[in-house]
Amino acid sequence: MAERNMSMTKNPMPEQDPLVRNHNFEEVAKGYTAEMAMNEAARCLQCRKPRCMSGCPVNVRIPEFVAKVAAGEFEEAYKIITSTNALPAVCGRVCPQENQCEGQCVRGVKGESVGIGRMERFVADWHAAHADEFPKPEKPAGNGHRVAVVGSGPAGLTCAGDLARMGYDVTVYELFHKAGGVLVYGIPEFRLPKAIVAREVAGLEELGVKVVTNAVVGRAISVDELLTEEGYEAVFLGSGAGLPRFLVIPGESLLGVYSANEYLTRINLMKAYREDYDTPIKHHKKVAVVGAGNVAMDAARCAKRMGAEKVYIVYRRGMEEVPARKEEVHHAMEEEVEFKLLTNPVKVIGDENGYVTGIECISMELGEPDEKGRRRPIPVEGSNFVLEVDAMIDALGTSPNPLLRMTTEGLEADKHGCLIADEKGQTSREGVFAGGDAVTGAATVILAMGAGKTAAAAIDEYIKAKNA
Amino acid sequence: MFPIVSKRPLNEAGTVIEYVIKAPLVARKCLPGQFIVLRLDEYGERVPLTIADYDREAGTVTIMVQPVGQTTKMLELMEPGDELADFVGPMGKPTEIGHQKRVCVVGGGVGCAISYPVAKGMWEAGIEVDMVAGFRSKDIVILEKEMREHTTNLYICTDDGSYGEKCFGNAKLEQLIKYGREYDEVFIVGPLKMMKFTALTTKPYGIKTICSLCPIMIDASGMCGGCRVTVGGETKFACVDGPDFDGHQVDWDELIARNSFYAGEEEHAKEHICKITGGVRHG
Repeated sequence: MAERNMSMTKNPMPEQDPLVRNHNFEEVAKGYTAEMAMNEAARCLQCRKPRCMSGCPVNVRIPEFVAKVAAGEFEEAYKIITSTNALPAVCGRVCPQENQCEGQCVRGVKGESVGIGRMERFVADWHAAHADEFPKPEKPAGNGHRVAVVGSGPAGLTCAGDLARMGYDVTVYELFHKAGGVLVYGIPEFRLPKAIVAREVAGLEELGVKVVTNAVVGRAISVDELLTEEGYEAVFLGSGAGLPRFLVIPGESLLGVYSANEYLTRINLMKAYREDYDTPIKHHKKVAVVGAGNVAMDAARCAKRMGAEKVYIVYRRGMEEVPARKEEVHHAMEEEVEFKLLTNPVKVIGDENGYVTGIECISMELGEPDEKGRRRPIPVEGSNFVLEVDAMIDALGTSPNPLLRMTTEGLEADKHGCLIADEKGQTSREGVFAGGDAVTGAATVILAMGAGKTAAAAIDEYIKAKNA
Repeated sequence: MFPIVSKRPLNEAGTVIEYVIKAPLVARKCLPGQFIVLRLDEYGERVPLTIADYDREAGTVTIMVQPVGQTTKMLELMEPGDELADFVGPMGKPTEIGHQKRVCVVGGGVGCAISYPVAKGMWEAGIEVDMVAGFRSKDIVILEKEMREHTTNLYICTDDGSYGEKCFGNAKLEQLIKYGREYDEVFIVGPLKMMKFTALTTKPYGIKTICSLCPIMIDASGMCGGCRVTVGGETKFACVDGPDFDGHQVDWDELIARNSFYAGEEEHAKEHICKITGGVRHG
């Protein structure tokens, strides 16, 4: 073991210069070198009771893999991570580590926590670059049981991967033409290169998982038909939260008002930022993104890269309440995204041809905390002003798509449209399990993965009991 | 991949082309009024098109296409045996068929390709169907035989009088209503302006009027919200709440504006269609 590194700060992440990267779609963070990763791993105290693991929704054996990184045994580290996490290259990039593993790290009490996410990313990328040197994992022996997974986002892919490793014959149905769900349509290339998602999906296909794209479960084929005609013994619904919310203010049908889903899908899935793709996109000059979650940061940073001179985050609460990851906010600010806090749009203004020319906003102040403990924003009477923009992107959150609950009898949902499932993912229908944003409403990639994992175990238990 | 099984022009001018596509998953349950989304190849955009017909046993779906935009012009260059990268559906709610006794289906130009399957569906359900099919001129008339076989009465009209009666479709519809035809529903498909004016025609008579809309959309599953239309003061997503809506309630001017949003980009793109590759780009 190398000597312990008692530096109070993480090895800094090599990054593209902010004023260069806000004009390209290449990855912002360049990743650790082997030397940096080993140096960072030496900061880990190898706690006897590792708190970091309790913060991880998929229980990655963090101290064990970090020890292997410290020793320079990267393939061993990879094996340890992938024994519980099917998508390490994704998690290393997009997990909110500060609220999870790293948030629990003892080194974080008097300094910066160990850079667990950065090391996870390094290990996954190292493995991908050296994959040819190691034997491919053997395809597990089949157990003869078939499971269908609806949706190929993080929940669906994780569930499919875990079931395939247990020997199940798994088919994933995806509505879009590409697998990956929010990883391909939502999260931008500069934060999560699509080649990485494709690599993870290819890895699952090597395990025997079949992926059927262009399949609208609910219309072309129902959940009931999957269970009867198609002969699947269980179905996992990981259909995500795709239905965008709008502000519902006057002028939202004007030309230049988008949901973040539309704007991001045009750019990420449909590659409108590339000249060689047909998808049309407007190059707006001044863009307001309403909302301050991770999706809002993604939309704002995309708008900047599409050539906008001014990009604003318009948020009705203050900086303390911003729900996006700190790192995303920091990156957005570095890239010259301006924050208009305590500001709420009340009306979109357009010209005689219906094109957006501005939004009328009102200033807000914070009042008493609401039931979630967040201070409630209150409009300041008479403080209205006009923010000149030619586009507004609503990034106000999403709710689950109603298609599956509308077309599956007996599948219960709550008043927000979220599917009702117990802690194991069991829905109100026998043999039908669900997890991820379809159950929780819009949350994070890693929570969806955790739910996919739990449901895979429950499906295994269910099918074994049924056939016992 | 989704192979093109057959291709034929539907009129002498070749303004509308029929394609039969092998797409078993779409063909197994699709119904009149629903649509598909296709993508030609890796670089293509997602384009929604109404399902014109289907054969469940053969696993095929028929679409009728007017080559006007970049994608449809490139599709025109593809031949039987070529494959489309993506073909997904059925999307949207099927047209409500069964509660009507006597309807008038109005098609405007290529809109007849969309209204014909609805007329056929209604006629096969035992509903009396009059159909008014309006075209600019004789050379672009499509589906005359098919429409005649699946309607009680077919009225063809042309703007220039080169075939059928010389009048607009909405004028013919109004004449039929004035002469005492009692329709419990009118179903309209065509260019947006034509639908707007035809819906205005039926309004004074209080006849329920359904229009099939096709706004700009990406996923067609309720995700992008690009297809939002205002109907009766409420925002609806045409892809999942429609595509059929009450024509008297639709905010037509807003929809006309929204549908022209990418017109400039479309014009620019059309100049760059490569005829050497036959429309399909590999890589």
